[in-house]
Amino acid sequence: MTDIQKYFAPTSLDQALDCLKDGEVTILAGGTDLMPQSQAGKLKFKRTLMNIRRIPELIGVARQGGDICIGALTTVTELLDDALVQRHLPVLVDACDHFASDQIRNTATLGGNICNASPAGDTLIPLLVLDARVELASKVKGKLNWRSLPLGEFFTGPGKTRRAPNELLVGVRIPLPEPGRAAWFHKFGTRPALDISTISIGIAGTLRQGEGLTLFDVRVAFGAVAPTVVRAPLTERALEGKRLDADCIARVAQIARDEVTPIDDVRASAWYRKELIHNMTKRMLAHVAHA
Amino acid sequence: MSLMHDIDFTLNGVRRSATVRVDMSALDMLRDVVGLTGTKYGCGEGECGACTVLVDGLSINSCLMFAVDCHGREVVTIEGLVEDPSSTRAAALRDAFVEHGAVQCGFCTPGMMVQASHLLDKHPHADEAGIKRGIEGNICRCTGYKKIVDAIVDVSKQEKGAGK
Repeated sequence: MTDIQKYFAPTSLDQALDCLKDGEVTILAGGTDLMPQSQAGKLKFKRTLMNIRRIPELIGVARQGGDICIGALTTVTELLDDALVQRHLPVLVDACDHFASDQIRNTATLGGNICNASPAGDTLIPLLVLDARVELASKVKGKLNWRSLPLGEFFTGPGKTRRAPNELLVGVRIPLPEPGRAAWFHKFGTRPALDISTISIGIAGTLRQGEGLTLFDVRVAFGAVAPTVVRAPLTERALEGKRLDADCIARVAQIARDEVTPIDDVRASAWYRKELIHNMTKRMLAHVAHA
Repeated sequence: MSLMHDIDFTLNGVRRSATVRVDMSALDMLRDVVGLTGTKYGCGEGECGACTVLVDGLSINSCLMFAVDCHGREVVTIEGLVEDPSSTRAAALRDAFVEHGAVQCGFCTPGMMVQASHLLDKHPHADEAGIKRGIEGNICRCTGYKKIVDAIVDVSKQEKGAGK
């Protein structure tokens, strides 16, 4: 069955990047996606299985200047319990709280959730509305290369990303939200635990109270309505700077429904997903307006 | 022939080594290589919690963990939990499960008890809602949840009473 010819568990980023130069490497982090996908035959192992769990540089949350940096190996439970994340990125805590089960949260890593590139990935929606960037490292001719790109540009399809075969996702970098900035997450599934989203929604904006409540610098992201998680520029534009009254909310919810292009699958029909996007966007915005 | 790898780890408090296939799950290693069959194979994809074990003190689905990743870690299975003479909680959980009739077919019981133990480690005074939330990754296909939750609530109350 397996084609694995080598198993390697590096203890430093340097060792891991050396190993990746081969390009034929399957990366193991928490394993919560890799194990079932490989056992079901959906994923074929490459020549080397590299277990990155023992690389301390990739674990933990830190503040660096105006950013919060989260190491790729930080688990969902660690994010839930982290004081910096709780204080500055509550929308990410909210999504982590809706993530699978305790057992999986104890194992699954943020980097794994990103690299698995599921259109329904729970952490991806808050990361998109928080303007997260992914940081990738590689080694070419003995020289360390770093690059960073917006998370929204990282995904190219279900399970597919712009990570090159010799690159490792080192972590994500999130600008500290400015005062007045707020964000909300909603996941719709048939049960609270262990459910893959039927749809999910993230909204972020800077709140201003004048004649009624207004959102500026709006971000809207949707999960499970396209081959990747997506930002929704038309919905964002409809919300930007507009007074959040009943007319505005109704109009924005309709635009959101028209903007998404979901498919029929085992979890829901395309029609139902569009209805959910409409109804849940409306509910979230009503909640924002009344809060 | 699949690639094999040697690992050293602590299992239920005892250092040991094993030779495992690199693509093997920790669950398969525990059951088929080590021969500890208290940990159950339910779904093989992390949905049911029957395979729950503790690794470095955290509950995890052993069906989703690569056996090679056990290297250098501390693994505790249901066998280690109930046989640990220093753990009064494990004994209390076992007694409460018996008392409340929280065992029907018994297949989910080892996973439920390991998860309950981890839950009470982290939240010693968890209330009913917290306990339901804590075991949401464990499925009882007999649907005997009420008695299971009652049993765990009982242990949580005992610990509260004992001022732990």
